[in-house]
Amino acid sequence: MQGMHRALALAGAAAATLALVACEPGPKTIDQSGYRGTGMAQINLNSAAIVAEVPAPPYALPAPGEVTAGEAYENVQVLANVSREEFDYFMAAITAWVAPEQGCNYCHNPANMASDEIYTKTVARSMIQMNQTVNTGWDAHVKQTGVTCWTCHRGNPVPANYYTLPQERTTNSIKGKKNGQNTPIATSAFSSLPYESFGAYFGSDLGEPMSVRVGGRSMHPQADHKVSTMEAEQTYGLMMHFSQSLGVNCAHCHNSQNFANWSISGPTRVQAWHGVQMVRNINDGYISPLKGVFPDNRVGPQGDPYKVNCTTCHQGQAKPLGGVRMVGDYPALLLPPLDLTAPDDAAGEETMAQGQQIAAAN
Amino acid sequence: MLMPRYQNIFTQVQVRGKPEMGVPLKYGQEHRKSGTTFNNWMGLIGQAQIGPVYLGWAGVLSLTFGLIAFEIIGFNMLASVGWDPVQFVRQLFWLSLEPPGPQYGFSPFVPLSEGGWFIMTGAFFTASVLLWWYRTYARAKALGMGLHVSWAFASAIFLMLVLGFIRPLLMGSWAEAVPYGIFPHLDWTAAFSIRYGNLFYNPFHALSIVFLYGSTLLFAMHGATILAVGRYGGEREIEQIVDRGTASERAGLFWRWTMGFNATMESIHRWAWWFAVLTTLTGGIGILLTGTVVDNWYLWAQEHSYAPAYPDTGMVDPALSTGGE
Repeated sequence: MQGMHRALALAGAAAATLALVACEPGPKTIDQSGYRGTGMAQINLNSAAIVAEVPAPPYALPAPGEVTAGEAYENVQVLANVSREEFDYFMAAITAWVAPEQGCNYCHNPANMASDEIYTKTVARSMIQMNQTVNTGWDAHVKQTGVTCWTCHRGNPVPANYYTLPQERTTNSIKGKKNGQNTPIATSAFSSLPYESFGAYFGSDLGEPMSVRVGGRSMHPQADHKVSTMEAEQTYGLMMHFSQSLGVNCAHCHNSQNFANWSISGPTRVQAWHGVQMVRNINDGYISPLKGVFPDNRVGPQGDPYKVNCTTCHQGQAKPLGGVRMVGDYPALLLPPLDLTAPDDAAGEETMAQGQQIAAAN
Repeated sequence: MLMPRYQNIFTQVQVRGKPEMGVPLKYGQEHRKSGTTFNNWMGLIGQAQIGPVYLGWAGVLSLTFGLIAFEIIGFNMLASVGWDPVQFVRQLFWLSLEPPGPQYGFSPFVPLSEGGWFIMTGAFFTASVLLWWYRTYARAKALGMGLHVSWAFASAIFLMLVLGFIRPLLMGSWAEAVPYGIFPHLDWTAAFSIRYGNLFYNPFHALSIVFLYGSTLLFAMHGATILAVGRYGGEREIEQIVDRGTASERAGLFWRWTMGFNATMESIHRWAWWFAVLTTLTGGIGILLTGTVVDNWYLWAQEHSYAPAYPDTGMVDPALSTGGE
C-alpha cells in the first residue's frame, strides 16, 4: 500500500515536472555556429523542417519577342523595357501571388486596363520597383536568393505581417497606458519588452531612425554614448522581433559573451545589419511615399501605410521560403529599377528614385 | 519511536500550553498586542503560537506606507489594462509600473502618468522599508538582543536603494531604475546586462553570486547537520558552543571525516550571516559601479585579463565601411 502511494507520488511529481518545463519532445538537430564553449548553436526540431512553399510559374517563361511591353501596351511604366511576352507572363504570376481570388480587376479597370484609377495599380508599380531595388541593390542582405511579390504576399492582397505607427495617446490618463510594452504578444516573443518601436528603427516617420546600438563602446563611460537601460530595453524588444521572425535564438548572430562586439559575432549579424538598412530603404523609399495613395482601410491609426518589418518576409524562417531562389523564374524583377521622371507621375515616385540612391550608396 | 521525528519535512512537535508572552519590558514599551492564538498549520512549519504582535508607531506607519506603494503599483497595473479585472489577472506577470523616461532626467517633478506614480511609489516603499528596518533595530534593543538582524536587513536595503535610487541619482536618470513588475524587472535585468557589456564580467556581480549560492549551500549543510544530530539534542546549538555534548561532537566529526574541517556551533552562524550579508553588499557595489565607473564590463574584463578571448570571426562592423549607423 505504501509502495503504491510512493509510486503514485513519484509519477505525479514526474508529470508535474514535465508539465511545467518548456519541453519539446522529439529528435532535434543542433547546428553549431560559433566557437566551442560559447553556446553558439541553433537547436531545431527535426519535425519542424522548413517546407518551401513556392508556387510554380503560371506557365513556362516564354522567349522574348521583338516588342516590349512599353511599346505594346499603353501606360506601362516600370516594366516598359520587358518583352511583351514576359510582361504577360509576369502579370499572370503577380495575379496568382497577390490577388488570386480577386484577379486582374484587383488593380485594373477591365474596361480600360491602362487606367490608373484603382489605387492598387499605383501601389503595385511602386512595389515592383521595390523588388527590383532589393534584388539589384541589397544583395548584402538577400544574397542571390532575391525576393518576389510572393516573399511577402503569399497569396494575400495585403501581406499578413506589417507594422504601423501605434495609436497616439492624447490623454494624460493612465488608463490603457502600457508604453508599448508589458503585453504577452508574439512580436516581443511573449516577453514584457517593448513591441511598438518599429517606427523608430525601421523608417524615418519619427525623424532620423533610432540607433539599434546600446552596448557600452568603451571600458569607462563616455560623454558621446548616453544610452539608458530603458533605451536598451527598446533594442532588446527589437531583437526579440528579429528572433521571433527568423525562428532563431540570439546565438544565430551574436556571441552572448558580448552582444555588441563584431569580431566575435557571426556573418549572419552583418547580413542582419544590412537587413535593417534595407527595411529602412523599403519603408522610406517605397511605402511611406504612398501615404496619400492608400485608402483609409489600408493605413494605421496615424494614417501611415502598412510598413515592412522582418516578419513581413521571414515569417518564422531564417531564410524566407526556405532559401529557394524563386526570383530566377521572373527576370523582370532582376532588372535595375527604371528612373521614372514622367511629368504626370505621383509625388511618390520622386522618393522612389531617392530610395534607389540610398540602395546604391549601400 | 523518536527516530522519524527529525526526518520529516514538517516539525513533529508542537508545544501547547499557556501562551508565552516573553520577557518583561521597560516602561513605555508595552505597545505589544496581547492577543495570542495557536495554529496547527503554522505549527508544522514553525511555532504554533501566533502573537503577541508588536506594531508600535513604526510598524503601523511602515504597513501603511507599504500598502500605499502596493496599491499605487496595483492600480497603475489595473489601469493599464483599461480597469479590466480579467485582463489584470491574465496579464499580471507582464504588467508594470514604469519609471520616467530618459527625457525627465532625475527630476522629482514628472507628470504622474509619465512616471510620477513610479517616483511616488519609490518614496512610499522606501519609507516603509526603512521604518520596518527601524523595527528590527528597536525590537532587538528592547529585548536586549544583538543587532545582527537589522545589520543584515540594512545590507539588503542597500542593494534596493542602489537599484532604485542611488544609482539613478548618480546617473542622473530615472530611466536607469528598475520597473515594478514581475517579468518587466527580469527583462530590465537582462537589458541592463546587455547595455553594460555583460554583467557576468562584473567581479562584484561574481562575488555576489558566490555568496548567494554559498548561502544556500551553507544553509543546506547546516540545516541537514542539525536535523541529523537532532536525536542527540543537536538543536540546542547555542548551549553546545560552550558545552559541546555528543550531538556537537558527532556533527563536527562528520564534517572533519568528509572534508577535513568543520565549523563550530558558533562559527557556522557567522558563516551564514556573512554570506547572506555579503550577497547584497557586493551586489550593490557591483550595480553602483555599472554605468558610473564602468560602461562595458566585457571590455573591462578583457583589459584585466579576466575574460576569455575567443578566436576572431573576421567580422567587421559594417557601419565602418558604409558610413551608416
